[in-house]
Amino acid sequence: MTRADAAPGGNKVLLSPARRIKNLLMGGLILLATLLVVAPLILIFAYLLREGVGALNADFFTKTPAPEGETGGGLLNAITGSLTMLGMASVIGVVVGVAGGIFLAEYPRHPLMPTIRMLSDVLAGIPAIVMGLVAYGLIVLTFGFSGLAGALALGFLMIPIVVRTTEEVLKLVPHTVREAGMALGLPQWLVILKIVLPAAAGGIVTGVMLALARVAGEAAPLLFTAFGNPNVNLNPLEPMSALPLEIYRGATSAYDENQRMAKAGALLLISLIFVTSLLARRFSRR
Amino acid sequence: MTQPTNPQPTNPQPTTTPPSRARLSSRSDRAFELVILALSSIIVLVFVLSLYLLGKESWPALQRFGLEFFTQRTWNPVNSQFGAAAMIAGTLVTSLVALIISVPLAIASALFVAEYAPKWLANPVGYLIELLAAVPSVVYGLWALFVVAPILGRWQTSFFVNPENLQLLTRCQDLWNNNQTTLQCFFVPPSASGRGLALAIVILTVMILPYTASVARDVIRLVPQDQREAMYALGATKWEVISRAILPYARAGIMGGVILALGRALGETLAVAMVIGDSQDILKSIWGNASTMASVIANQFGDAQETLHRSSVVTLGFALFFLSVLVNFVARLVIARLTPQGIK
Repeated sequence: MTRADAAPGGNKVLLSPARRIKNLLMGGLILLATLLVVAPLILIFAYLLREGVGALNADFFTKTPAPEGETGGGLLNAITGSLTMLGMASVIGVVVGVAGGIFLAEYPRHPLMPTIRMLSDVLAGIPAIVMGLVAYGLIVLTFGFSGLAGALALGFLMIPIVVRTTEEVLKLVPHTVREAGMALGLPQWLVILKIVLPAAAGGIVTGVMLALARVAGEAAPLLFTAFGNPNVNLNPLEPMSALPLEIYRGATSAYDENQRMAKAGALLLISLIFVTSLLARRFSRR
Repeated sequence: MTQPTNPQPTNPQPTTTPPSRARLSSRSDRAFELVILALSSIIVLVFVLSLYLLGKESWPALQRFGLEFFTQRTWNPVNSQFGAAAMIAGTLVTSLVALIISVPLAIASALFVAEYAPKWLANPVGYLIELLAAVPSVVYGLWALFVVAPILGRWQTSFFVNPENLQLLTRCQDLWNNNQTTLQCFFVPPSASGRGLALAIVILTVMILPYTASVARDVIRLVPQDQREAMYALGATKWEVISRAILPYARAGIMGGVILALGRALGETLAVAMVIGDSQDILKSIWGNASTMASVIANQFGDAQETLHRSSVVTLGFALFFLSVLVNFVARLVIARLTPQGIK
């Protein structure tokens, strides 16, 4: 962006001291406020690095939590649980989200379009814990606590994010490209699948990664769906642990060892999320 | 955000296939459209299911207490007496106070990124602010619990636990035991743990900052360059340009960001649940324990065995659902009403 600092030295003579002081004061306040805004992030990251990096050893990645009050152990159960649930959640999030994005971008005159756009916006605003209650009513009441219920809650949370980004990148694909496809005699669905979607693939991947980064840290909807599990479990119909769940349990636990695990888990989780967000942004910049 | 008009009025692909292409592709196009429509309908299904399941589960509580559920102050699982007024108050107070603190900070940081910082600094600072939104709620909770709470606790000790204040403390204690408070006692901590309403507000402030900040930054960048140049040409200082040309122009967009942040604040769960102290009494002190609707769901739903208790907790979720829909709706309305052409 070009800057229009068109107040060169000559003008300053005309400025009354009150105006000049006010200008400097507000500039200083804005700088101060920005430092205040950024400070927590740096403080949190530094704290987790200092406290958690020591616990990120081989045991952390290969063992399950030690019994209460004992030392040692790791968070293998949480890592596998998080990966399994995120994998299942992204199936729901990607299929429904991308389809919804295609619908909103490519069929703007369909009578159902305003409804789906509005409901997708509404879903985006629903608190994660309420989604947990929904997944509880949907699955847990009949089948019991399970990784599947947790994945469903996370998948529902992913849908609106993927819909929004897919719709926006599809609209960025120039119309001439579509027209060229049409001119070749391709039916509309082939134009969408073979020309528009590949052109927008980068943006869609970004959206999916951002959605994953967002739900990977959610613990609230997992409290009473996936529930947590001290052992490694890959069966989606059984209770499953997840990194944010173990962080929550550890942080609110009275045992030092659990707190130490929570800090290491938080460091791992926050690093993964930061890397994913930064990669996603890099990806979309290209 | 929605656009009121169709963004591509000259869309060359009408949904009803023109006659010339009908022979070639109408059948496969129709099939594809149906598949897409069916998958998109899952969005509608999720919404309807949410409404149905939450409604069904909260029915016993609503039937038993009626609308008094939202005005009664007692929340007592032992006597099966459930009223949500204290949590509703907790939710509103934490969210609104956090909003009031965070909005000026967010706008200032957006101005810094968009107007003050040179490009090499603006991008990293913008990243950092966005990463603030990526930090999970539990991690904020962990940090608040282990780092901020002890600091607040020390402040409370040093400000309130000295001989002349101890008298005040005991007087307030008596008041609180009778479920009352005075303005003076409202600022006295019941215990020096650092946890409670104030810490929840602090942590919520940090959590919702990036939502307002990133929306504000985007709309400030969309303010036409002419506006700025015209003001500078008249001899305005940078602050005068910002306060009279930029902020008024961007106010609708910023308002949208503020309401978005409010929606986040209302539903924020674990960080708040970890630090607010989980007390179902109505607010007695700014430092005291309290609870929000979301924190009660997180803390009590797992333990709620009895139907009425469980149903009451779900009713809180149902109310939160409506609140978030309402806030979302208002945000869209505000943006549609106030947005000048060209700024989303």
